[in-house]
Amino acid sequence: MATVPVLSVNNLEVVYDDVVLVLRGLSLDVPDGSIVALLGANGAGKTTLLRAVTGLLVAHRGKITKGTVTVGGDDLTGADPADVVRRGVAQVMEGRRIFAEMSVEDNLRAGGHSRKRAEYREDVTRVYDLFPLLAQRRRGTAGYLSGGEQQMLAIGRALMARPKLLLLDEPSLGLAPRLVEQVRDIVVQINGQGTSVLLVEQNAVMALSIASYGYVLEVGKVVRDGPAAELLDDEDIREFYLGSTPDSGRRSFAEVKSYRRKKRWSA
Amino acid sequence: MTTFLTNVFAGLALGSTYALVALGFVVIYKSTGVINFAQGGLLALGAYLGYTFADNLAIAFAVSILLACAAAAIVGASVERLVLRRMVGQPPFAVIMITIGLLFVIEPLITAIWGFDNLPLANPWNIQTVEVGGLVLGVRDLWTIGITAAVVVAFFLFFRYTRMGLAMRATAFDPEAALAQGISARRVYATSWAIAAALAALAGITLAAGPGGLSPSISFIALAAFPAMILGGLDSPAGAVLGGVIIGLAEALTRGYQDQLFSWAGANVSLIVPYLLMIVILLIRPYGLLGTKDVRRI
Repeated sequence: MATVPVLSVNNLEVVYDDVVLVLRGLSLDVPDGSIVALLGANGAGKTTLLRAVTGLLVAHRGKITKGTVTVGGDDLTGADPADVVRRGVAQVMEGRRIFAEMSVEDNLRAGGHSRKRAEYREDVTRVYDLFPLLAQRRRGTAGYLSGGEQQMLAIGRALMARPKLLLLDEPSLGLAPRLVEQVRDIVVQINGQGTSVLLVEQNAVMALSIASYGYVLEVGKVVRDGPAAELLDDEDIREFYLGSTPDSGRRSFAEVKSYRRKKRWSA
Repeated sequence: MTTFLTNVFAGLALGSTYALVALGFVVIYKSTGVINFAQGGLLALGAYLGYTFADNLAIAFAVSILLACAAAAIVGASVERLVLRRMVGQPPFAVIMITIGLLFVIEPLITAIWGFDNLPLANPWNIQTVEVGGLVLGVRDLWTIGITAAVVVAFFLFFRYTRMGLAMRATAFDPEAALAQGISARRVYATSWAIAAALAALAGITLAAGPGGLSPSISFIALAAFPAMILGGLDSPAGAVLGGVIIGLAEALTRGYQDQLFSWAGANVSLIVPYLLMIVILLIRPYGLLGTKDVRRI
């Protein structure tokens, strides 16, 4: 391998409450400077993987029982969340999770908690350049922003930590199609500025359209991976995640032969 | 009129003490979601430490106050570090029981070291008074009000403008999201306990400098500050201060007009007024005067 991947997860096993095995030997790489998409249905373990990387498992009584997480070659398995952020990994959590009672600017200040005081000006200017709308409403209460604006704030807040790797958990969730496009463009732009992105999405078309590589997760394991274009063309992926039928015509439920085809790659 | 103003003044002084204790309750509740029943114990401990510094070691009173607050802060942070940190992620109920247990550990500890006797805390205020426009004001009360006001302002500036204050607000609002920003929850918890303990110690010393002197029962004041916290809103620092002042005023005024207005209710009716007030206000505003209703887009 020529360069060290910015994130490398090897054979990871995660258990909740000492009994519930959620990740079962999961491995993936995020090459430096790329966008990698992580697809999977609800409960496949996508969010758990992100928590395992950022150290947030503690808050959910989860534990890494096997495997390693390395960031830029350094072992960060089970590290403290604050350490992970300082090492350059920031996460945009599912559901945005902005600090609704605080002002937009205070949200961004909180995002820059791991940075030195002197760097704040520069960091916040960078975020406001990316999201001019947030600059306009910097004194406003974050909770009164619209859903799309809140998502932008959540992304901006994560960028305040100047991450080399950005973990995005379902950024398009609950947004109108036009806003989804906007989020997609922002992700491309952030990536263009040199930040690698691990994009967790249910919206597979959106994710694969900007990613260079994709992984498909099912019950805690990677069941399929490949270049994004290849996954987009894959017949099974098309059917299970993109909702289109092979011949792209209307499906007649009279001929439900397709059930014969294996719906799960694992099992 | 003079009687009224004298009573109001006494109420403000008493309310200041309540405000300090209630603020301590709120700081811990906000960041950790736990009501710290050991607050009264920390208050007594701070007052006794102040006594040791001022009387036994003959350190200047002002310095003794600072030392006692610092020592109490260290005790508070250590309690968090040694006991409560292990309870992170456990149900609040269990943690609250631990704080009650702590109270019962701290009190015998205090009597073992300092005994049960009522100790006089040497202080420069004693029973001096100043007269302002026909109004006789106790010097101690003036200082109590002044120090409390200064500390409360300092607290709000800290909470509003510093990095740590911001981290505490973020953790209070959404602990997990705060963690994800690289905010160390441990530092926030320890700081909250340190602040609460220092506030309690300050309240304890100003109280012990008063006519009651210093005895182990000084910790009961925390129970009286309880309605102040609830009344103001469990999660609102400003509410704690407001609640403290209201309760203090209500108590002092009831006591002042006991003979004229409340003789039918028997002596010491002023002691139940705080709780009556708390019940009435909770009936009207269940989240307290300034407690938060969620900011939410609908």
